[in-house]
Amino acid sequence: MTAVSAPARAPAAAPARAPRASLARTYHFELVKLVTQWRLRLVLLACLVAPAVYTAVVSRQTSLPADALYGRWMGQSGWAGSLAVLVFMGTLVLPLLTAVVAGDVFAVEDRLGTWRHLLVAVRSPLVIFLAKTLAALTVILALVLALVASSIAGGLVSIGNHPLPGLDGHVMGAGELARTVLLSWLSIVPPTLAFAAVGLLGSVALGRSPLGLLLPVVLALVLQGVALMPVPVALRVALPMSAFTAYRGLLTDPVQQTPLWIGVLVSLTWAALASVLAFRMFVRRDFADIAYDGSGSRFLLAGLAPLVALVAVTTGLVAAATGATGSGIDRSKLETALATSFSHLYVLQTDRLKRPAVTEEQLHAEARCDKGGDRVADTGPGSDWRCVVSWTLPGSTATGNAIYQLDVAADGRYVADGDGPKEVNGFFQVRTPTGDAPNPLWQFDGSVDLLENTPRMLQEGSR
Amino acid sequence: MSAIAVRARGLTKTFGDVIALAGVDLDIAAGQVHGLVGPNGAGKTTLLGLVLGLSRPGAGTLEVLGRRVGSTVPDEVAGFVDGPGLYPTLTARQNLAAVADLRRGPRRPAADVDTVLDRVGLLDVAGDPIRGFSLGMRQRLGLAAALLGEPRLLVVDEPANGLDPAGKRQVHDVLTDLAHRGGTVVMSSHRMDDLAALSDEVTLLSQGRVVFTGPIRKLAAESGELDWRLLTSDPDAARRLAAGTPSLRVVAGRGSAAADDRALVVRGPETALDDLVSGLVTDGIAIRELGPVVPPLEAAFLALTGAPQHEGPR
Repeated sequence: MTAVSAPARAPAAAPARAPRASLARTYHFELVKLVTQWRLRLVLLACLVAPAVYTAVVSRQTSLPADALYGRWMGQSGWAGSLAVLVFMGTLVLPLLTAVVAGDVFAVEDRLGTWRHLLVAVRSPLVIFLAKTLAALTVILALVLALVASSIAGGLVSIGNHPLPGLDGHVMGAGELARTVLLSWLSIVPPTLAFAAVGLLGSVALGRSPLGLLLPVVLALVLQGVALMPVPVALRVALPMSAFTAYRGLLTDPVQQTPLWIGVLVSLTWAALASVLAFRMFVRRDFADIAYDGSGSRFLLAGLAPLVALVAVTTGLVAAATGATGSGIDRSKLETALATSFSHLYVLQTDRLKRPAVTEEQLHAEARCDKGGDRVADTGPGSDWRCVVSWTLPGSTATGNAIYQLDVAADGRYVADGDGPKEVNGFFQVRTPTGDAPNPLWQFDGSVDLLENTPRMLQEGSR
Repeated sequence: MSAIAVRARGLTKTFGDVIALAGVDLDIAAGQVHGLVGPNGAGKTTLLGLVLGLSRPGAGTLEVLGRRVGSTVPDEVAGFVDGPGLYPTLTARQNLAAVADLRRGPRRPAADVDTVLDRVGLLDVAGDPIRGFSLGMRQRLGLAAALLGEPRLLVVDEPANGLDPAGKRQVHDVLTDLAHRGGTVVMSSHRMDDLAALSDEVTLLSQGRVVFTGPIRKLAAESGELDWRLLTSDPDAARRLAAGTPSLRVVAGRGSAAADDRALVVRGPETALDDLVSGLVTDGIAIRELGPVVPPLEAAFLALTGAPQHEGPR
C-alpha cells in the first residue's frame, strides 16, 4: 500500500455556494418533459373529445343513463350532460388522471435513470420538487379544463341551452345553470388536488413500483369501498372522496354549504399533508444510493400512517363541529325533503300540462315515510323506503296522494320512483297541448344533506 | 484558484449496513486528469456522487474547489455518475438545451450547444431523438452536457464505456484538452489502459478505502514481480536456461491453447529477466516475443486489491 500523496495545502475552505436553477426554468423543463410524452398527449386528446362525443351521442338516445345524477335529463337540457359526466369524474376518472400524471412525475426519473443528471443540473431538490409538483398540477388542471369544455360543448351543441331543475326541483335558467355547472366543476378541483398529492407521494415513496403509479386509483377504490359501508357520517365526509359529490349542494336553493366547505377543507388538508410528506421523503432520499428503488415500509410509516391519522383527527373534528351522528339519514329528513321536491316538480308538471298555475305554498304538500315496515328502524340508507305524499289544490277540499319507492344511498343521494296513481306519477311521459313530454313526477333524484340537523331534501325532477 | 480541486478527510458513507466509503483521505490536485479505479463495489461511484453533491457524507469532510460541500457543490462542478442520464424522448440538441437552460445565469445561445455537440462528434445527429443512440453516443452526449457548464472540475464515471476506438480517442482528447486548459478531470474506469493513457495520477479504492493514490508510474512500481511471457526459437533450451537463472522462476502459462505450449512464462525482477535475455542471446536462441502476461498497472491493481493474480508454479 502506498501512502497518500501530499500535495500543496489549499486555503481554508469557505462554505460552498448553493447554486440553483430558477424555479421557472425547471418548471418549464418539467412541463416540456410531460407534454412530450405520447401517453399524456393521448390522454389530453381523450379528455377533449370523449366527453363531447358521450354527451352528444347519449343525449340523442331514447335510453338515458338514469343511474347517473342528471342522466335522465340529458335529452332535455344541454347542461345535464356536463353534470352527468361530472358524476363519473370522482368515481374513477380523476383519480386515474392524477395517477397517470402525478403518480409518474417522480418515478419517471427512476425509470429513465436520470435523477443524478437532473440533480447535477438543477442542484436543488427543493426546486426540483416544486417544479415537478407545479408541472404535474398544471397538466392535471389542463386535463380537467378540457373535460369541462368538452362536456359542456357536447351537450349544448347537441341539445341546446334549456332550463333544468335543481336538485330541489327549482327551475334554473341559463345564467344560473352556467354558473352552477362551472362552480360544480370547480368544486372537484380540491379533491383532485388531494389525489394528485397522494400520487406525488406514491411516486416519491415507491419509485417504479406499479403501486406507486396507481396509488390514487387504489385510494379511490378503497375509499369507495368505505363509502359503501354504513360508516358514521362524520367519517364519510372526512374522506376526500366525499368532496367529489359535495357539488350537489350547489344545485339547491339555498346552497348547502356545509358539506361543500368541509369537502374543500378536507381535500386541501389532504393535499397539503400528502405534499409535505412527499417533500420530506424526497429531500431525505440518498441519490448516491444506486440500489434504491422505493421503500414500502418507509411509505407505510412516513406516508400512509400520517394520512390515516389525519382521517381520525378530521372525523373527530367534523363530529364535534356538526354534531352529526349515525348515517345522517332519517325519516324526518326524507319526509320534509320529499314533500319539498314533490311541490316543486308538481308545479313544473302543472306548467307543462298548461293547467291553472299553482305555487308550492298552495299545495301544502306533506310526506310520510317508512323504512322496511314496523320492525325496521326508520333511519339509514336502503332501497326499502316507501313514502306517501299528500297535497291539496287551491279551492279543493280533496287531498291527493302519491306513492313513491325510495332507494336511498349512503352518501345521501336517493331515487324516488313513482308508484301511482298513474295520473300523477304512473307514466314516464305526460300528454301536453304540444305533444308528449317527460313527466317530472314519474322518477326523480334527490339528495339528503347528511350534516344538516334540520331536514332538507333535494331532488331532481324526472321525465 | 485552489491548488487542490478535491480534498477529502475521513470521508465515510454507508447505505444501511453497507459501508461504501470508510474514512477516505484524498487530495486531487487541480489541472490534472485523476483516475479513480477499483474493483466493483469499491466505492468509486459513491465518491464521485459525493463530489457531485448527490449525497451527504456520513462523516468526514469534503472540499471541492476550495469550498466545503454538503448537499450542494459549486456550480463549476459538472459531470455524471452511473450513466449520462438523458431523456429519450428529446433530441440530442433538446437534451443539451434543457441542461443549458437549467443552469444558473444567463441563458446560453444555441451556438453553445452545437459547439459542444461538435466537440464530442455528435453534431450530425443533433436533431435525432436519443432513444436510438448507442451506449457510446449517449456517453459522449453526457460528456457534452457536462461540458456545457464550462466546468473547472469535471467528474465522469466510466466515460469511455461503450465507445469504439474513434469515439474513445475523441473523449480522451476532450478530457485532456480540459486539463490542459487548467480544468480538473476526475474519472473512474475499469480499464487500466484508459487510465494509463489519460491520467496524471490515480487513486485505487478497495472496499471503501484508499489503497493507493499518486502518480501512475508509481502505481506500476507497486506491481511487484511480474510474469513475463517469452516466445523463442528453442523453447526447451530457453526453459533450461530460465530454470538456471538466479531469482527467476518458471511458472505456468495462461491457458492451454496449443500456441501457448511453445511459450515460456517466468516470474522474477526485471534484473533477472535481463540476465535471461542475455543468456538467450549468447546461446543463439532467437527471442520472437517478450512481454508481461499482465500489464504492470493491472498487476498492481490486482496486487493492491488482493485479487488473485498468479497461477501456481509449474
